[in-house]
Amino acid sequence: MTLADLIQQLNLTVLTDPKDFSNITPQGAYTSDLLSCVMAGAPFGGIWITLQAHSNIVAVAALREQCAVIISEGAIPDSATIARANQENIALLSTSQSSYQVAGQLWELGLH
Amino acid sequence: MEPKTPNPSLNLSDEAIGNISRSEELAYELRVEEVMTPAAHVVQSTMIMQQVLDLFRTARISGAPVLDGKKLIGIISIEDLIRCLIEQDCQAPISKYMTPSVMTIKRTDPVVEALKLFVSTKVGRFPVVDEEGNLEGILTKGDVTRGLLKALQRDYQVEEIRRYRASHLFEDIVSDRTSLILRYNIVAGDFTHGGAASSAIKRALLRLGANPQIARRTGIAVYEAEMNLIIHTTNGGVIRVEIEPHQISIEIYDDGPGISDVDLAVKPGYSTAPEAIRELGFGAGMGLYNISRCVDTMKLESVYGKGTRLRLRILLKDNETVGEGHSNSKGDSRP
Repeated sequence: MTLADLIQQLNLTVLTDPKDFSNITPQGAYTSDLLSCVMAGAPFGGIWITLQAHSNIVAVAALREQCAVIISEGAIPDSATIARANQENIALLSTSQSSYQVAGQLWELGLH
Repeated sequence: MEPKTPNPSLNLSDEAIGNISRSEELAYELRVEEVMTPAAHVVQSTMIMQQVLDLFRTARISGAPVLDGKKLIGIISIEDLIRCLIEQDCQAPISKYMTPSVMTIKRTDPVVEALKLFVSTKVGRFPVVDEEGNLEGILTKGDVTRGLLKALQRDYQVEEIRRYRASHLFEDIVSDRTSLILRYNIVAGDFTHGGAASSAIKRALLRLGANPQIARRTGIAVYEAEMNLIIHTTNGGVIRVEIEPHQISIEIYDDGPGISDVDLAVKPGYSTAPEAIRELGFGAGMGLYNISRCVDTMKLESVYGKGTRLRLRILLKDNETVGEGHSNSKGDSRP
């Protein structure tokens, strides 16, 4: 499943610059709001689900080489954070749903 | 493809300016003259409309700049030609039907100015003029996209060469022990730049030809230490990375406040981070534990009231040394 499918299926809002998401295949997913846990456990090339929206999520996502961060519960990062994500080539995606709901749907879609 | 347009309002904060993407940066660096194309077809104002009709028909074009000598004085389009045909006035001079005083862009303008014009006017092409108003070329959105892509490609090649050079850095230098030292000063409380040093170190290692796994391990270890300096220190601290072909030695030190119980500090889950910091997702008490998992040796010394010094070492195998020309193109396992 590509990132493009996933954005469509979960009806996610793309906060970063639009690009071709159909050639990105997430390598797994992870959810936690504790940055150290993400630093230790998120699969490289995966998607990270969090309700954190401050600028340090980009640094963490970049070091774990995440292709996207899904920001749950409708939290919106500031423009500097979005600019930084563009620079690091990480998609920031937003949804009003909870992390639990997002994770459940990703699992249903076969992203294990 | 549409060119990537930076926010036309461009009310950027200082912080945002520090974070603009490379393509946006290029839009400021590149000049219109570097991306424009020469005007293939021009007409002189003294020519008659019949000549415009012939030109449009043979060259299959729908518009052309009108010149007086070299000076741009207007533009003639297919709409103008239709008006003329309705009037059956093909012997009239072009100046009668052309659109005078067209919008132009200067050859020395940065490309971003052109992008703003494209966005605000919805016009698809602009004549490019010099200081005297002489026609120099034509600029379309396609020209801008092509120009930006070419510049990005150039950047990419430069990076490849840099990488190649850096990956052989230690080969040509003869000494009993060669190393490269990187130092980063970390400011206490500066969350905005949190992760900047670790990203820079990771990038440097990749350039030097480090195995991606090694670069990742180093990046993660340094990130945790960097955040510790930002969150816990009184006056910030220093990250010093010494890169040698066979090992990476990292020292992180600060002048306070120091850790009162070092054994407790390295215990997974133990944290002294205040509530406000925890709300940001820090303070899981996993930092030092994460570091220890990423490095081969770790030594933590601290005197409460004096400061803390953390020494880390990552050892590199013979086939993955840094700066000696080993390729880093493969390798995908996790730390």
